[in-house]
Amino acid sequence: MSHHSHNEVHTIGYGVFIFVWLGLVVLTGLTVVISGVHIPKVPVLVALLVAAAKSSLVVNYFMHIKYEARLFKVVLLMGIVTVTIFIGLTFFDVLYR
Amino acid sequence: MKSIHALTVEEHRDFEGARLGMWLFLLTELILFTGMFILYAMYRVKYAAEFHRASLELDVVIGTINTLVLLTSSLTVALSIEALKRNSRKLALWMLGATIFFALAFLVNKYFEWSAKIHHGIYPGSQELMQRSLGDVIYFNLYYSMTGLHGLHVLVGMVVLIWLFVLIARKSQKKYVVHNPHVEQLAGSEIAILKGEKDGWLVDKIGDNVEQVEIKITYEPRAGEVDLPNIIKLENAGLYWHLVDIIWIFLFPLFYLIA
Repeated sequence: MSHHSHNEVHTIGYGVFIFVWLGLVVLTGLTVVISGVHIPKVPVLVALLVAAAKSSLVVNYFMHIKYEARLFKVVLLMGIVTVTIFIGLTFFDVLYR
Repeated sequence: MKSIHALTVEEHRDFEGARLGMWLFLLTELILFTGMFILYAMYRVKYAAEFHRASLELDVVIGTINTLVLLTSSLTVALSIEALKRNSRKLALWMLGATIFFALAFLVNKYFEWSAKIHHGIYPGSQELMQRSLGDVIYFNLYYSMTGLHGLHVLVGMVVLIWLFVLIARKSQKKYVVHNPHVEQLAGSEIAILKGEKDGWLVDKIGDNVEQVEIKITYEPRAGEVDLPNIIKLENAGLYWHLVDIIWIFLFPLFYLIA
């Protein structure tokens, strides 16, 4: 019965988490180093991209979205789309005023 | 004993539902912080030069240390959940303790960082700050409100994690509630709790006016039996903690590293 599958305990593995953490530390180092390089305009975008990459690691592994049912992925996607619309429309308004 | 009744007690749990509820709450948090990030982005566009200059006044070293502290705390809470799922209660508690320590370390760092700034007369509404350009004022107001709101989340997360530490360290409790209509039949009888076939305790006599019977059992989880009620609580607390981490992942480059 579905009653059981809802309450299953999934283990992922200590190694996976440590590996993800190493990735996060490397990416942090990367942003700090890049911000020191003076290429106009580029660092902001790169910093945001690295931050997005770090978040995706945290969300997928630490918050185990990767292992969740589809419903969870849809809910998260809806949140991200909503937030993107907020940010996109505000920028559209402010930049072309 | 007047009579013996067989009581069936059912436990209702929906872990997936609990996690989904937590995710919905996290989305509201996401929207809360997005509002502030939008404010930051818009003023950054308007006062690019001032934001750049003001950001140089923040200590990148403290910021980087705090980033590493939070990232590591995310790791330890993930390991704690994993350990509890594998029934290594001791490791789970050590990892949870480490997470609480890192949370405290983050807040202490933040305290020193803020007090250094305040000591230099830079805080919202200060005379020193008001003499500077509007861009600087906005930058530091955003700095204090955004890292402040984030710090508040760290504090709340830490309190929740401490609560879970206590729950997991304590022996697990199970509560069974027996409702009507069985209760009238129970009046006058005594409840016996049987442990295996040999041991048993006579617990209490049930009066005539009893409406509900609640039995709370404290037990040591058997080897091989995972602590389900605490796992779901710890998982949800972990989700909250990771969200706090993600927000810092964005706050850090935007305030400390903008070039």
